[in-house]
Amino acid sequence: MTANGWFQIFLFFALVLVCAKPLGVYMARVFEREKTYADVVFRPVERVIYRLTGIDETHEMRWTEYAVTMLLFSAVTMVMTYAVERLQQFLPLNPQHFSGVTPDLAFNTAASFTSNTNWQSYVPETTMSYLTQMLTLAYHNFFSAAVGIALAIALIRGISRRESKTLGNFWVDTTRASLWVLLPMSIVVALLLVSQGVVQNFRPYDHARLVQAQTVTATSADGKSSTQTITTQNIAQGPVASQEAIKMLGTNGGGFFEANSAHPFENPTPFSNLIEMFLIFAIPGALTVTLGRMTRAPKHGWAVFAAMTVLFFAGVLVAYHAEAQGNPLLHGVNQQASALQSGGNMEGKEVRFGIANSALFATVTTDASCGAVNGVLDSFMPLGGLVPLVNMMLGEVIFGGVGAGLYGMLIFVILAVFIAGLMVGRTPEYLGKKIESFDVKMAMLFVLIFPLSILGFSAVALMMPSAGLSALGNSGPHGLTEIIYAYTSTTANNGSAFAGLSANTHWYNMSLGLAMLIGRFFMIVPMLAIAGNLARKKLVPPSAGTFPVTTPLFTVLLVGVVVIVGALTFFPAVTLGPILEHLLLQAGKSF
Amino acid sequence: MRRNVITAILYTAVTTVLFGLIYPLVITGLAQVFFKDQANGQLIYQGGQLVGSRIIGQGFTGDDYFHSRPSAAGAGYDAANSSGSNYGPTSKKLVDRVSSDVAAFKRDHPDRDVPIDLVTSSGSGLDPDITPAGAEFQVARVARGRHLSEDKVRQLVAKNTLGRQFGLLGEPRVNVLQLNLDLDRVAPVATR
Repeated sequence: MTANGWFQIFLFFALVLVCAKPLGVYMARVFEREKTYADVVFRPVERVIYRLTGIDETHEMRWTEYAVTMLLFSAVTMVMTYAVERLQQFLPLNPQHFSGVTPDLAFNTAASFTSNTNWQSYVPETTMSYLTQMLTLAYHNFFSAAVGIALAIALIRGISRRESKTLGNFWVDTTRASLWVLLPMSIVVALLLVSQGVVQNFRPYDHARLVQAQTVTATSADGKSSTQTITTQNIAQGPVASQEAIKMLGTNGGGFFEANSAHPFENPTPFSNLIEMFLIFAIPGALTVTLGRMTRAPKHGWAVFAAMTVLFFAGVLVAYHAEAQGNPLLHGVNQQASALQSGGNMEGKEVRFGIANSALFATVTTDASCGAVNGVLDSFMPLGGLVPLVNMMLGEVIFGGVGAGLYGMLIFVILAVFIAGLMVGRTPEYLGKKIESFDVKMAMLFVLIFPLSILGFSAVALMMPSAGLSALGNSGPHGLTEIIYAYTSTTANNGSAFAGLSANTHWYNMSLGLAMLIGRFFMIVPMLAIAGNLARKKLVPPSAGTFPVTTPLFTVLLVGVVVIVGALTFFPAVTLGPILEHLLLQAGKSF
Repeated sequence: MRRNVITAILYTAVTTVLFGLIYPLVITGLAQVFFKDQANGQLIYQGGQLVGSRIIGQGFTGDDYFHSRPSAAGAGYDAANSSGSNYGPTSKKLVDRVSSDVAAFKRDHPDRDVPIDLVTSSGSGLDPDITPAGAEFQVARVARGRHLSEDKVRQLVAKNTLGRQFGLLGEPRVNVLQLNLDLDRVAPVATR
């Protein structure tokens, strides 16, 4: 670990911290329909959208209608994506003449992008046409994020409203999230990224004549090796920057290219890397301020922000330390950090990012439900790869996905308040609302569906040698981690991968697709039920027995609840995967 | 319910036109006007022939070129098939590949440890850079191969070295393709 490395980590976090308040206040104004500077531009567009679609913007929805509308919209967009993927060979903007996507892969991808997961079982630059990427995948990047923000706002309204039957209007919240928040930031950032070298064009792939022809030896399946001389380099192109901006801002993470943000055309410079990491945390961080403002308890928002911060730095410290150590199994190599190299475990990492920015990116992308990567997580050291896995297992509440992170964290807040209430023997209250049996039952449902999907699917995959195990890219404990990581990433709607697992098979496409839908929609419904139930309640004045949710004590308790729930659930699985691998690696064992 | 379904379909159609078509087209237009070179991939032409991109690596072998990092993209540096190796830290394949590459590099400096970036594949398989340590390690070999003084080669390395961006972001790095193109300009190898 170097001083410059830590400086860059703190610089990144300072950016997030500084922008949280202005952006959070702005979002509160947008969703409370107060005046903003952007109204001049977007209000007319908003009106046109409502007129064309017949939406009544004054209509208020109960939680059930809010949920049903959200499910309907998600279903329609998912079907559209499936259709475009299947039919892309008949559609324009397909210069490489890619054929239609197979049914299981098309289902997996549609589920993936609808649920804000962006798990990718395919190699984008050899599978998806430019049209498919921009019309459906980038579209989902906007709207799965906008839906996430809308849902978080609905929950905040549930907390702040009293004796109200309704939570707002799903269409209005989604439209305002996409127009007022996501679109303007995406435009600015897309151009900033192009200035750094992210490509933005509709060229067919370029063919360069290699400066030095390369002879490669390929070994075929029957063991025969053949040599081949390569004289050209094919260079994939595309409208990348426009997708890259919203991919990060919406914590989506689906790469335009297979290598994702490690690809020089997606993330060309250290500055573009800083922008991309900042975008992941920008909205999730700011939403805590929105929470504080809309519930008229700004300190509560910051207390939640503080809990997220503690968990974030714990992850960065472990990941950075693990990666900076280097791999003791490699001999004859210099892995020491110096002025001339960043050293450490460089397998799967880019020179321009080095160790600090790769470890930071991996932590940030899995704290949030982004899942973009600027290096190969599968090649991280055992404890370096443990951090992304655990971040997701904690439920992606460390800033978390746009909207999803906040509503996930608020479920933990309700549990924390409930536990505090049990400790002092009083009915728990949260910001003046009594937390009762129904709320806690729904919160527990939310918390339990998650490990059930992850551990359940993993167990099934492990019991099937041909469908489950044959896809492994690595053996030993690392192989187990690959499978658990896949179901954790999909259920948590993250989308990053231990990509050695060849997941483009019938079993994995279907089971991972289901895990993504369960992880998104089965968790949203109980969350909205809590929102609807809280909105109906009366306000009770705070008393001596009320546990304050604005203090450092609350922050500590919240961190404790998140860690304990995650640890109790997943510790056995993690022990057999990364922790065992770490111990065997220290003993010099390879597989 | 039926009305809701129709609303959802209409809403999807209208917003798809706005966010799925108009937005990327506007960005493409602006990018092509203001950042034409970057938007098209910083392509390098020599005598009208495309020879690569300034920010995409290529493979090099032999004594007279600086070598790039190992690549897992397609058959190596295939920029239409980006990928890392996905070898785990305890993978035998990783350990074997590194030790065979180390053995090759040790011919340059039997007494020195090989800088780690030279024998590890990058995340994209397209890394255009090596570390300054990785470049320095190869200077003596390339100087011999090109019949140049080591100082001259070091000058070219320095010319193609980028420090941290704004003095503090990222890591210092040497662009291998541009460095090798400079070598070809300064001291062309006759028979190729």
